[in-house]
Amino acid sequence: MIKDITIGQYFPFNSVIHRLDPRTKLLFTIVFIVMVFVSNNFVSLLFNFVIATVIINLSKIPLKTVIKGLKPILLVVIITSVLQIAYVKTGITLIDVWKIKITSGGVLTAVFMAIRISLLIVMSTMLTYTTSPTSLTNGLDKLFAPLTKIGIDFHMVTMIMTIALRFIPTLIEEVDKIMSAQKSRGASFDQGNLIKRAKALIPLFIPLLFNSIRRAYELANAMTCRCYNGGKGKTTMNALKFNSGDYISYLVMLLFITAIILLNIFCGEYNAEFTFNLAV
Amino acid sequence: MSHLRTENLTFTYGEGTPFKITALDNVNIELNKGEFVAIIGHTGSGKSTLVQHLNGLLKPTDGKIFLDEKNIHSSKSTLFDARFRVGLCFQYPEYQLFEETVYKDIAFGPTNMGLSKGEVDERVRKAAKYVGIPDEMLSKSPFDLSGGQKRRVAIAGVISMEPEILILDEPTSGLDPMGREQILSLIKNYRENTGKTVIIVSHSMEDVARFATKVIVMNDAKVEMTGTVDDVFEKASRLREIGLSVPQITEIFIKLREKGYNVSEKIYTVEQGYLELKKLFKGRGIS
Repeated sequence: MIKDITIGQYFPFNSVIHRLDPRTKLLFTIVFIVMVFVSNNFVSLLFNFVIATVIINLSKIPLKTVIKGLKPILLVVIITSVLQIAYVKTGITLIDVWKIKITSGGVLTAVFMAIRISLLIVMSTMLTYTTSPTSLTNGLDKLFAPLTKIGIDFHMVTMIMTIALRFIPTLIEEVDKIMSAQKSRGASFDQGNLIKRAKALIPLFIPLLFNSIRRAYELANAMTCRCYNGGKGKTTMNALKFNSGDYISYLVMLLFITAIILLNIFCGEYNAEFTFNLAV
Repeated sequence: MSHLRTENLTFTYGEGTPFKITALDNVNIELNKGEFVAIIGHTGSGKSTLVQHLNGLLKPTDGKIFLDEKNIHSSKSTLFDARFRVGLCFQYPEYQLFEETVYKDIAFGPTNMGLSKGEVDERVRKAAKYVGIPDEMLSKSPFDLSGGQKRRVAIAGVISMEPEILILDEPTSGLDPMGREQILSLIKNYRENTGKTVIIVSHSMEDVARFATKVIVMNDAKVEMTGTVDDVFEKASRLREIGLSVPQITEIFIKLREKGYNVSEKIYTVEQGYLELKKLFKGRGIS
């Protein structure tokens, strides 16, 4: 049950995308997110969509898995779409019954927003699907290393991230164990009203918190014993190195940015009526 | 009539996924009232999974568990019944303490059983006495106690439910020799005074030899042997094959016999060993 939860899941395939340097993937994801926001017409958006499809294909991740990843935000997409339909009143009136008035502008904006949000989620999940947590934090560490020069210790942030990711399975296992132990003493976690259920969690969370703090001390000691003193002067065994795939990616990135800018200029900001007329 | 019995108990983790592991494979065990049962087996042999089935925490993939010949999974009430009649104390139980005071923590189980305040109080004090927790300690925070004391408080938390069958999963692991002795003698006293069935999962062959009336040996999700201490430790070579051992004293006597001394191999405790050696010396005219 509780073991089914997977956060930042990683699929260890051997694909072109998996082999890319984590820094490249991080940058590409950031560029993609910015481009999705910059895109102001359907043609630009379509171009984003094509790029995303190509990347998914190259990564060998089953399409089903990618779509499954969209499930948790389905509600957000629906709410956003409904709100767009309710508030945008431009374009041709499609339906006008009683107080409900749906216009072409509303529908198109709703579709536009839905695609935009879906693309954002798909590309950010693609990052964790194709990059192991360790290599992701390594990438972040290297990418933001220059920040140390202006006094921000980014290594600390990535170390915190690594440790947090490392302890997710441990904590899940521990929750399972404590739950079983308290159940053996007659506790029930799935009965009664909301207040009763919240109260039932106390016997779970107090030991969990206590054990986490204890574990944090132990880990800190273990790290100190191995002479950990922050990121200063630390070298890595598998130093990150760009290879041909990365250089191609940067080229693609550059072309991608140029294409979106050009498409934005030539197709112009999408105009509900214009697009609708085109569609009809 | 057996008190607790399993019938073709099978359990697989992660059924239907590539990570499927069979933790129990056709396990049939039978326990009678008042027995002191020891379950031994190497790490990952399915001991802990087995004991979690006995109070209905895990639902078997296949097979049944009978408590007084009643299937514990036949209805919600039988399952609820099994939870309280079979008390399970997990490994490192001190990490599950959570209340503000020792008293409240021991009272958690009996309170969940829906007992009256007076009854709960009586049970808490009785359980505390069994595990040797003095009255003045009851008002302390469990987090201020020593490791051994915490462990005893946690065991009291299970004993206070007065289960007919008490299961302890490696109750002495991680304790110093004195802590171990305390825990073992409290379990022994508890059983002698109440006549209740006790099951311990253990890695210590010495402890098993000293206390158990019945030994169940688990190996690779299956029951390898069941029997008395004699029955099991007799098969020393098989035990070694499956990653277990016999008590050190038994080892010594096996070696002595190999060297040609006329001693019995069936020596499982130091006391037995002492008597056997005395006999040997007497036969040679040494006192």
